[in-house]
Amino acid sequence: MFEGWLSIVVFLPAAAALVIALFLRNDSQIRWFAIGATVLNLILIVITYVDYDRGIGGVQMVDRYQDWIPIDGLRAEFLLGIDGLSAPLVLLTGLLTAVAAFASWRITLRVREYFIWLLVLSTSVLGVFLALDFLLFFIFWEIELIPMFMLISIWGSGRNRYSAMKFVIFTLGGSAFMLIGILALFLSSGVDTFAMVSIPSEGIEGIPDLIAGKDLLIPAGVIWFFLFTAFAVKMPLWPVHSWLPDAHTDAPTAVSIMLAGVLLKMGGYGLLRISVGMFQETKGFQVQDVAWLLATLAVISIIYGAIVTLQQKDLKRLVAFSSVSHMGFVVLGVSSIVGVGGTVTHAGLNGAALQMVTHGTITGLMFLTVGLVYDRAHTRYIPDLGGLALRWPLITISMVIAGLASLGLPGLSGFVAEITVFLGTYEVWPWLTAIGAFGVVLAAGYVLWMMQRTFFGPRNERFQDIEDANFVDMIPVVALVISIVAIGVFPKLVTEIFKVGISELVRI
Amino acid sequence: MTAHDLWLLSPELSVAGLAVLVIIVDLIIDKKTPLIWLAAIGLLVPLGLTLGLWFNTPETEIGVFGTVTADRFALFFHFLLIGTTGAVIIAGATYSKKFVGFQGEFLTLVLLSVSGMMLLVASRDVITAYVALELSALPAAALAAFLRTDRSLEAGLKFLLLSALSSAVLLYGLVYLYGATGTTDISGMLEAINGMTADGGRAFGSSAIMLGVVMVVAGFGFKMAMAPFQMWVPDVYEGAPTPVVAFLSIASKSAAFAIVLRVLYTALGTEGLAADWSTLIAILAAITMTAGNLLALSQQNIKRMLGYSTVAHAGYLLVGLAAVAGNSDSADFIAGPQGVLFYLVAYAVTNLAVFFAIIAITNKTGSDMISGFAGMARRAPVLSVLLALGLLSLLGIPPTAGFLGKIFVFSAAVDSGLAWLAIIGVINSVVSAFYYLRVVRTMFLDEPESEERVTADIPVWAATLVASAGLLIFGIAPSSLLEFAKDAVFGVIT
Repeated sequence: MFEGWLSIVVFLPAAAALVIALFLRNDSQIRWFAIGATVLNLILIVITYVDYDRGIGGVQMVDRYQDWIPIDGLRAEFLLGIDGLSAPLVLLTGLLTAVAAFASWRITLRVREYFIWLLVLSTSVLGVFLALDFLLFFIFWEIELIPMFMLISIWGSGRNRYSAMKFVIFTLGGSAFMLIGILALFLSSGVDTFAMVSIPSEGIEGIPDLIAGKDLLIPAGVIWFFLFTAFAVKMPLWPVHSWLPDAHTDAPTAVSIMLAGVLLKMGGYGLLRISVGMFQETKGFQVQDVAWLLATLAVISIIYGAIVTLQQKDLKRLVAFSSVSHMGFVVLGVSSIVGVGGTVTHAGLNGAALQMVTHGTITGLMFLTVGLVYDRAHTRYIPDLGGLALRWPLITISMVIAGLASLGLPGLSGFVAEITVFLGTYEVWPWLTAIGAFGVVLAAGYVLWMMQRTFFGPRNERFQDIEDANFVDMIPVVALVISIVAIGVFPKLVTEIFKVGISELVRI
Repeated sequence: MTAHDLWLLSPELSVAGLAVLVIIVDLIIDKKTPLIWLAAIGLLVPLGLTLGLWFNTPETEIGVFGTVTADRFALFFHFLLIGTTGAVIIAGATYSKKFVGFQGEFLTLVLLSVSGMMLLVASRDVITAYVALELSALPAAALAAFLRTDRSLEAGLKFLLLSALSSAVLLYGLVYLYGATGTTDISGMLEAINGMTADGGRAFGSSAIMLGVVMVVAGFGFKMAMAPFQMWVPDVYEGAPTPVVAFLSIASKSAAFAIVLRVLYTALGTEGLAADWSTLIAILAAITMTAGNLLALSQQNIKRMLGYSTVAHAGYLLVGLAAVAGNSDSADFIAGPQGVLFYLVAYAVTNLAVFFAIIAITNKTGSDMISGFAGMARRAPVLSVLLALGLLSLLGIPPTAGFLGKIFVFSAAVDSGLAWLAIIGVINSVVSAFYYLRVVRTMFLDEPESEERVTADIPVWAATLVASAGLLIFGIAPSSLLEFAKDAVFGVIT
């Protein structure tokens, strides 16, 4: 690929937003334009994904502008690049942005602003995954807040203002500590670079290599906790998860899809790339020392999330809490970094990475379906629903697929990810893994019970006259179903490239 | 006064001359609007002279018996002050309809005040600095009272009294410094202090210098809006005319920070002393930003809220000031002051954008209450977006100049072993999200009181647009401004 390719991928949605802001006035024009832009971006991303050379590995398609902030004391570059860890997540972002654009079809309130924010959100998330300069990463991480704040507070429902502010404050609080961590890493003597990875072809030596075995400005353990706080909030991990159900419940459908599908993955990505990738050989503290903490928090999140999910009566809140549980599997997989007897199997980390992608697609599909139900029934309160299967077969089928994938039915993508996580972590944390695996049982419980109460049972006369999903509604559903089945049947599509990324991440 | 002295002082003198010219023309003409353009265009003269000094650096930068300098540091602030004043005058054109007939006096006072500030940043003798400070403060007090409403008069009187009090404290502190070092010359003080430490003892043979430092910092702290000397800020901000508030919050604060940088880093920049005053400043920084942010939370009047916000920003700036002890080489040593200079410019463009947008909007709605901004995104879309952008820059969200400014000062603090202060700083930033975003939310979410469009006059609109462009440009491509700031900082670091 030519130099500047990744910049195009990242900034295409923002450019589309600018075009909408300046030139387009007609609502339906804006819809088509935004959908077109996201689909085009998805195509570019697929090309990028296919073009990434798995044989060579490492960071590819580097896009670099060295003199962005050239002063001593804060030498930052504009540095984009893609590797085995970020490639599938970028693909996920491209896919879910397009899905979210389709799912926004029915938005009628302030259409122009809505799509502008959605596209800006897409640029910021892509930037987070593709930035390899720490300061640039942080900038994209922060930019994401504003579109989310606007999207939840203007187009949300219920206590949307409260939820939007809560989301911003939690994330800002996390990233405030992250900033100190980043600065401390950069300023530690002999580092003097924001490069997050080493790129030999560009002559870049990254922070993971530079801080290995060195004394840092602040003890490595403190820096790790600062950074981890930000990622834990974003994932979200118990006990800093409480913003998530509120934000989800009150956000519009498409925003929930983006939030659960890709924004939470920013936390998982940071955990892998930074908390794990940079702290395996630091002096005085390694991430292996706190693997027990990761495993414990993960298991608490899995079980707590699942139990709370069981009690939910609001469909959307239910799906939101199930995210807490499912993202726990990611952390559980990561905790296998400590290894047994000095050897680390990569299975746990691979499973964690794969779980991020599968959770993105599955939960995306769930929120999409819940959105379709809500659009028609105007309620998400489970006791008010019931018997929808007879009336709306298409919607029911998509929820069934999402639900079965979510509870880990073999042949669908959730199963592959969870089994890989358990394979990786069982040797390391047999007891905790056993408890965590119980989360799958609970998942079966809440998913099946939810479907029974919502879609099956006696026919509900209330929704007699309302039509099932139409063609436009089904486009994003089909796209997600295909990806879920494809990964379930042929996981190599994603795992092959993740393996390249993970093997470069693990240094011990 | 030799020709050389005149050349060095030419920017200050030309501003003062412009003030006199404006008041004379004011006597002659009946229609007052041309005065605004006279003042705005007239500012090109000092700007040109400053540019001339920058590119043709005189052989010696010091003149008028060693009391005034035209080093890069002073010139940097000349640019900032002239630019701010020009912008305030242009944007104030809309506002000055509120005091019809007195535009001439208004402009003259602004120009006189800024000539004092320019002299302040250029002085290298504490007596000159004191005189310049008074020259800048007295017109400012009159300006604060310019609306002649109760609140405005109260603001003016409060400013005048507290300004006089702080001047007295400052003078007292300067006397101590003079007593300890035997000179009023800022570089001379450094030599005297170095002489004291030559025998290996610490500079604090007597506590006189530290006492002097504390009082000097307190005296200038009034102008910087530093806690615990911030009490005047919200009242003056609420009562004074909005252009005057913009002028005070940027120009006055920048000039105060400039002279404090010069005194601390030049006269008192020895290692032993720096360690002591750096701790003092760090503690004051923590108190200032925390107080400013907490008090801003519950404000209903946007000018009052911005008053507390300016206190908070003084706190962030003090973080950069405290970051004196870089951990390794000299490149780190300048990171703090360089960060402060960048932050001041970033803060200037941001605050200009915010206040101009507020002038444009409140000029039509007539209310400074935050609730008056409800639904403004529908009534004035572009102005609302620009105001939101400015508020996000104050909050420190990328890609704005405010974000990078914070990064620079916090980075300097972490580098100097003040990580705890940086942590307090970032937590404060999170707190500030509550009140900045509340205004954004009100503008974009709430139902407007009426559907009537809010339009702005061309000058204020253009000024807002230029300031907003500045805050984006410095936020995305900061490197040239940073080089500029670095050049300037070598003027005070010896």
